[in-house]
Amino acid sequence: MTRIAGYADRVSVTPGETINFMVSSEAPSYRCDIVRIICGDENPDGPGLKEKVVRTAANGTYKGRRQVCYDGSFMEVAPHEAIQGLESFTFQAFIWPTTPDRGTQALISNWRDRDKAGAALIITKQDGSLALCLGDGKGKIEVTATNRPLIPHQWYFVAATYNAETKQITLVQQPLNEYPKVRHGGTVRKKSALKAPGKHDAPLTMGAYFRRIDRERTVCGGFYNGRIDSPRIANRVLSPAEMELAKTRPAEGALATAIVGAWDFSQGITTTAATDLSANALHGSLVNLPTRAVTGWNWDASEMNWRNAPEQYGAIHFHEDDLYDARWEVDFSLTCPKRLRSGVYAARLRGEGGGEEYIPFAVRAPRGAPTAKICFLLPTVSYMAYANTNMAADMGAAQLLVGRLTILNEAGLHRAEHREYGTSLYDSHIDGSGICYSSRLRPILNFRPKALEWIGGTESTLWQFNADTHLTEWLEAKGFEYDVVTDEDLHYEGLSAIEDYTVVLTGSHPEYHSKAMWDAMHAYQQRGGRLMYMGANGWYWRVAFHTEVPGCIEVRRAEDGIRTWIARPGEYYHSFTGEYGGLWRRNARPPQLIVGTGFSAQGFDISSYYVRQPDSFKKEVAWIFEGIGKDERIGDFGLIGGGAAGLELDRADPLLGTPPNTYVLASSEGHTDLYLVVCEELDVNRPNADGTQDPLVRADIVFYETPNGGAVFSTSSIAWCGSLAHNDHDNNVSRMTENVLRRFADPAPF
Amino acid sequence: MPYQVTEKDLYVVDEFMAKPIGHHSPDLQRVLNTLRGADVKGKHCLVCTKPGREWRLAKLSGVRGKPVKLLDKTFDNIDDAERYVFRLRWKQHTGKALPK
Repeated sequence: MTRIAGYADRVSVTPGETINFMVSSEAPSYRCDIVRIICGDENPDGPGLKEKVVRTAANGTYKGRRQVCYDGSFMEVAPHEAIQGLESFTFQAFIWPTTPDRGTQALISNWRDRDKAGAALIITKQDGSLALCLGDGKGKIEVTATNRPLIPHQWYFVAATYNAETKQITLVQQPLNEYPKVRHGGTVRKKSALKAPGKHDAPLTMGAYFRRIDRERTVCGGFYNGRIDSPRIANRVLSPAEMELAKTRPAEGALATAIVGAWDFSQGITTTAATDLSANALHGSLVNLPTRAVTGWNWDASEMNWRNAPEQYGAIHFHEDDLYDARWEVDFSLTCPKRLRSGVYAARLRGEGGGEEYIPFAVRAPRGAPTAKICFLLPTVSYMAYANTNMAADMGAAQLLVGRLTILNEAGLHRAEHREYGTSLYDSHIDGSGICYSSRLRPILNFRPKALEWIGGTESTLWQFNADTHLTEWLEAKGFEYDVVTDEDLHYEGLSAIEDYTVVLTGSHPEYHSKAMWDAMHAYQQRGGRLMYMGANGWYWRVAFHTEVPGCIEVRRAEDGIRTWIARPGEYYHSFTGEYGGLWRRNARPPQLIVGTGFSAQGFDISSYYVRQPDSFKKEVAWIFEGIGKDERIGDFGLIGGGAAGLELDRADPLLGTPPNTYVLASSEGHTDLYLVVCEELDVNRPNADGTQDPLVRADIVFYETPNGGAVFSTSSIAWCGSLAHNDHDNNVSRMTENVLRRFADPAPF
Repeated sequence: MPYQVTEKDLYVVDEFMAKPIGHHSPDLQRVLNTLRGADVKGKHCLVCTKPGREWRLAKLSGVRGKPVKLLDKTFDNIDDAERYVFRLRWKQHTGKALPK
């Protein structure tokens, strides 16, 4: 299969702005067309794929070329005489290796791999023990190891010294915890047979060793999985007492003249910089966002917030599969035409001889000049959270969750093979630690039309972006005019991004929100804005955006919630902002405060239907049910699991913030036993928390008014939008949605 | 102790064959949890080859980055794929093929 993959440098544009596209193509050339995405669901039992080619200057044929994605995180210090001129030296650090048996892993590397010149403190592939690697730059390499394999997830103090006059090497591997009859530490002394380590002009690196420069990108090898804390480099052999002092006070007294670099990773945790305490100011830059705000060697659990005890958070966790920005070169650009209607668009790429790719983006209305009363808030932050998830290929429990064989399509096969594109906030790194950062500056093969997602129920099996095209398809079929705004716009611009709209519609699964997004939506509601919650599991996780670099979010899967990994103790606070992470519910802002309902249960086999509740017969809400019979089952059909109530379900709950003026209009029933109550409701685990026994397994459709003429309508089910198109859009899900949308778009008070 | 599927569970097979996906009795669900719950290495999955119309049997590699292995068996509906794999897994767990 010929493969094409790409990404854009931004997620939305307004007319007149330019968006750049980066592409890697196995095809010798490819045709690009800008298309308006209406429906990305290829299921022949639904409305089918719908897209419209838009004429732009970017449409045309482009030469294909391969671009490489270099994953793996490391710290880099620009070449400096203080390092390159070293004769004798000491390298030291605390380390917490997680995969010492995964081959050569560089800890502190003053090394150029091209000619094997320099010195590097490494974990050796021979036996997973600490080693000093010296290379003379003329082909001779000498590896001195402790031959005591490091144990994963243990802290060690490690050091290597080299005396240029005597050629004496000393290697120290000192465990911070000893266990009877377990020998995992030791000191080795040996004379080097090399004439001298070779000189070179490569940068100093930590967490990997330097290989070469490729298109301004530093390319490394020997990626280390694990933590490094308090790394130091001295220009002579330090005594044990000096090493001890250098651990915590490297810049003091006589020692300061020997120390050429002493990095304090507890400084600038929110940044991509690594601060050097030495007089040389050899500040490093962190490539591919290794994890910060993680507990260090001296963390004693007396403080859980890194801001209150940064000295105990002096570690950085590096991973061989970290990725922030693929940093590909631009292949083509689009300056958004002045009259291009707001909506969801994509650069559709079709390779000569095969291969296809879509790179979606939103086109917004001109700033301050909305072109519709209706705004579709495209949940791009949630798309980033699920970006390239490989749970279908990696998670044994996947087929238990969906109650059937997991299904992939070509895009799924593509991303299962190309792991260098990085995965999602649901996956784990190769060392088992959870992935807490996700960026959009890389190919995201499931943020695409035509994408299937294993967890998307029977029938069409869609999730997130592609599932949300059921909503755009319905809006267009019904002739509604709408503008599109993305989550990221809301985060950076706040209320102004949406305040001019009479009604905002969410996607099917707006799960992740930053505080700025939460505040903006709340402010919108308080000012009379109207919100239609077209899904479920919304406003669930708190995320932070990096404050220095664009397009990247962080989640800390803290004390509660449905979690595919769990943050370690002491690591519940975001590194990007210092905010307490985890569920919004655990941040005293349950989703019921925004949309009246909140996450209650999930299951991923088949969906079900709703039945009307007593509130639905009150005259104040009769307009919502115009054209719908009193005994009708609502949504016992659909493309997501065969019903409108499915996958993830939210319920009203006054104790969690459902307003007292809420009408509970309909509730779902008839769910299978694969539907289970969410973890955060299970104070005591019990055997009846499933779809046929537990009343918490339900979705509630609610309506309530908010101040100044505002209102909320919540469908509370991810599957809702999958039922809109049924019977050529003539069905009770479509009817109810249309009744509400027409009324919400009418600014008259209720 | 994980549940062991044996011939004593034969009585749930008809229920599964009649409706492979959806509401199931607790006894059938327990059998399915065992059959579907294996680790990913060599585990069967489906690759959709024609949207909504054709699926090809495949096996997960269990190794990150190692491709999914496509097998020479296709289905025109999901239920038949479920029945087919149920038979394979039944034999794997019980050592005996299901009666036709």
